[in-house]
Amino acid sequence: MSEIAVRCEGLMKTFAEAGALNGLSLDVVKGEILALIGPSGCGKTTLLRLITGVSKPDAGSIEVGGRVMVSPEKFVPPEFRRVGMVFQNYALFPHLNVAANIAYGLHGADRGDQVSAMLQLVGLSGYADRMPNELSGGEQQRVALARAMGPRPDVLLLDEPFSNLDSGQRVHVRNEVRAILRMSGATAIFVTHHQEEALFMGDRIAVQHQGSIQQVGNPGDVFGNPATRFVATFMGETDLLPGEVTAEGVQTEIGLLQSTRPVKVGDQVEVAVRADDVRIAPDPTSGAIVLTREYRGMVNVYRIRLPSGRFIHSLQRHTVRIAPATPVRVLMDPGHELACFINSN
Amino acid sequence: MSFFFRKTSPAKVVLWLTGALVASLLLLPIGYLLLRASEAGDSIWNILFSSRTARILLKTVYLAVAVTVGSALVAIPIAWLTVRTDLPMRRLWAILTTLPLVVPSYVGAYLFISVLGPRGILQQWLEPLGVQRLPKLYGFPGAFVVLTLLSYPYILTTTRVALMRMNPALEEASRNLGNGPWSTFWRVTLPQLRPGLAAGGLLVALYVLRDFGAVSFMRYSTFTRVLYIQYQSSFDRTGAAVLALVLILLTLFVLLIEILTRGRAKYYGGHVGAVGNPMEMQLGHWRWPSLLFCAIVVILSLVLPASILVYWFLRGISVTMTFPSLWLSAWNSVVASGLASGLVLMAAVPVAWLSVRQKGRFAMLLERISYSAFALPGIVVALALVFFGANYANPIYQTVYLLLFGYLIMFLPQAVGALRTSFLQISPSIEQAARTLGKNPLNVFRTITVPVSRPGIAAGFALVFLTVMKELPITLILGPLGFSTLATSVWSAVEEAMFGAAAAPALLLILLSSVPMALIALRERV
Repeated sequence: MSEIAVRCEGLMKTFAEAGALNGLSLDVVKGEILALIGPSGCGKTTLLRLITGVSKPDAGSIEVGGRVMVSPEKFVPPEFRRVGMVFQNYALFPHLNVAANIAYGLHGADRGDQVSAMLQLVGLSGYADRMPNELSGGEQQRVALARAMGPRPDVLLLDEPFSNLDSGQRVHVRNEVRAILRMSGATAIFVTHHQEEALFMGDRIAVQHQGSIQQVGNPGDVFGNPATRFVATFMGETDLLPGEVTAEGVQTEIGLLQSTRPVKVGDQVEVAVRADDVRIAPDPTSGAIVLTREYRGMVNVYRIRLPSGRFIHSLQRHTVRIAPATPVRVLMDPGHELACFINSN
Repeated sequence: MSFFFRKTSPAKVVLWLTGALVASLLLLPIGYLLLRASEAGDSIWNILFSSRTARILLKTVYLAVAVTVGSALVAIPIAWLTVRTDLPMRRLWAILTTLPLVVPSYVGAYLFISVLGPRGILQQWLEPLGVQRLPKLYGFPGAFVVLTLLSYPYILTTTRVALMRMNPALEEASRNLGNGPWSTFWRVTLPQLRPGLAAGGLLVALYVLRDFGAVSFMRYSTFTRVLYIQYQSSFDRTGAAVLALVLILLTLFVLLIEILTRGRAKYYGGHVGAVGNPMEMQLGHWRWPSLLFCAIVVILSLVLPASILVYWFLRGISVTMTFPSLWLSAWNSVVASGLASGLVLMAAVPVAWLSVRQKGRFAMLLERISYSAFALPGIVVALALVFFGANYANPIYQTVYLLLFGYLIMFLPQAVGALRTSFLQISPSIEQAARTLGKNPLNVFRTITVPVSRPGIAAGFALVFLTVMKELPITLILGPLGFSTLATSVWSAVEEAMFGAAAAPALLLILLSSVPMALIALRERV
C-alpha cells in the first residue's frame, strides 16, 4: 500500500469572489506528481494556500507527511510545515543572489554544499553569483524550484509554474522540471489550467471544479473515462449528445453509440462525443450542414448543425476541406466506448 | 481576520501595540484643541461666528483658490509641452521647472521682499531717480505670486505623470474618429488628466492652507499668521484653539476631496498592455512662444531667486556674517532633522506595514488616521503641543524632546506614505515563500521585507529629512530657548529686515536639502 504524503479532508473556505472551496478532499501519494487542473476561479490556488499555511480553512483538516497541519484544534504556521512552494511569479528574493536565495531555507554548516548540489540538480552550477533580475524566465523558474526543494520538503507545490514562459520555452522547461522532480523522487502537486500540461506532467490528474475534486485518476483514465459531465467537457473538445439507451446501445441523432456506463434500457442519457471521433463526408441528402471551418494549422475543426438544431464538432486533417453550407453525413467511428451521463430532467 | 500570524503571536501584539500608540499620538493635537475649545463654553460660538473669523476664513480660502488656479495655469502648458511636443530641450525644462520645490516658502517670500519691498534692492536703485514708493507688495499680491511660483511644481508633476501614463491609443482613436489635435485635447486628453490635475491642485491648496512662512512675511492674515500672532501676543488659548480647529476642518475638507478623487483616479487610470510611444506634437511656429513661456517661468521661479540669494550672500559675507553661529545653526538643523527622521521612520514602519498587509477595520482606521494627519498645519501642531507641554508635560516643555515630538506628529504621514509605496511593491508571495522556507514572521520581516524595501526606506528618510529641515513654525515655537536652526535663522534675520544676514542660512538650507532631493531624483531615474 502506497504511503500518503498529503491528505486533505472536507476543506471549506468561503469567499465573496471566486475561489471558494466546498468540502474538498484529496489524497496525494508519496513520490507522485499530481496534476491539479481546473478552470480559473475553481479554487486551485486557494487549495495551495491552505496546504502551505498562508491561509486558514473554515473547516476540514490537512495532513502532510503523516503530521496534522490543520484540524479544528490545531493550526501549524507555514514555517513549520515542510511544504515547498514554487510560486507562479517565482517570488525570488530580489536582493539576494541565486546562491543566497537557495540557501535561505537551509541550515547547518554544509549549507554551501547543499546549495551546490541543488544548483547542479537544476543545471545552474555556474549561476551562483547572479542576481534574479539577470536570469531568463526559465532560469528563474529553476532557481525557484531549487530553493523550494532545498529543505527537502514533504511535498512540493507548483502554482502554474510555466504560465510566465513563452510557448517555445514552456515545452523545454516543463521537460526539465519533470526530469528534476523524477530524479529527486519528490512528491509534488502541480497546478495548471492547461490540459495538455496536466496530461504530460501528472502521474495522476485531479480535476477540480467549483471548489471540489470531480475526479482523480491516471491521465488516460481521466481523459478517456470522464466521471462527470464537467470533466468530459473540460478535457478535450466534447459535445454532449442526448440519446436513449436501447438493447443495442445508445440511440442518438447520429446513430447507435456504445457506452461504458452501467445504464439500463430506456434511460435518457447524454453521450460525450469528442471532435476527433466524429467523421464527416459530403452528402447532399443529409440534413446536417457545415457552419464554419476553423483552421488550426495541422487540423481543421468543423462546426456542424445537426437536423435537430444541435451543434457538433469534427476534427479533420488539414487536407480535408469542406466549404461552409455543405450538407454532410455525420459518422461516429470512435473505436472505443464513450462516456455517457444519465439525464436528470 | 488575519492570515499571516497565529492568533497570539508576539510579533502581532507588538505590531498592533505600536500601531495603536502611533495613532493616539496623531490624535493628540486635535484632542487637546477640542478640550481647550470646549472650555470656552458658549463664547465658542461668538468666536466661531465673529466677523473676524469670517474675514480670516475668506482671505485664506481666497488665497488657496487663487494660488491653485494660478499654479494650474502655469503647470498645465509646461506639462504638455515637456511631455507631448517637440519642444527643444524638453528634459532640461522638465528638470528646471521642478526645482522650485526645494525652496521653502519663507525663503521665497524673503527674496521677493528683499528686492521689491520698501527697503529692497529695487527701491535702493530707484531712489536716486526720485521714486519714493513702489507698488504695494505686501498682502495678497505678494503671497499669491510667491506661493504660485513655489507650488506649481506639484500640479506639474502629477499632470506630467498622468500624461505619460495615459494610453496613447485613446488620443489616436480620437484622431482616427475625425477629431483634430485641439478638439482631441479638450475631449479626450483633458478629461483623462482630470484625476492627476485634481490631485496636484489639492496638494497646492493644502500647501497654501498650511503655509506659515510666506503669508507671515507678506503680512497676509490667513489662519496660520493670525494663530502665530495670537500665540505671541495675548496668548488667548481658547480663541486660538477655536481658530486652529476651523483651520483643521478646512484642511480636512480639502483632504477629503483629495481622497475621493484619488479613488476615482484609480478607476480611470488603469490600462493594460504595452504602451506605445505617444504622438509627438510638432510645435512649428509655436516653438518660440512656448520656449519663451518656459523661460519666463524658470527665470521667475528659479533664476531670479537664486541670483538674488547669491547677491545677498556675497554682500552679507563682507558685512554682517558670523560664521560660528551659522555653523551652529546648520549643525542643529542636521542633527534635529536626522533624529526626527529616524524617529519618524521607526514609528512609520509598523503603521505602513499593517496598512499594506493586514485587512480589517483597525488597519484601515490606522491608515486613515495617519493619512488625515496630513491635514495638520505645522502651526497647529506647535500650538497644541505648547498648550499640552505647559500643562501636562512640563519636564519636556521647552526641550528638544518636545520639538522632536512635534516633528513626529507632523511628518509621520509623509513617512507612512513613502513606506507604503515601497511595501506595496513587494509581492506578498515573496514573504510567503520565506514563510514556507521555515522563517517566522519577524524573521521574514527582518531578512526579506526590510532589505527588499531598503531603497524605499532610504527615500522616505531623505524625504522626511528634507521637510524637517525646511520646517519653520514647529521649530520656531517648540524649539528650546536659544535653539537656532537654519530655518529660524532666516526667520529672525528677515523679521529684522537684515536681508544680508538671512542669505547664508537660506543658501545653506537650500543646498543641504537639495542633497536628499537629488538622491531621490537619482533613484527614480534608475
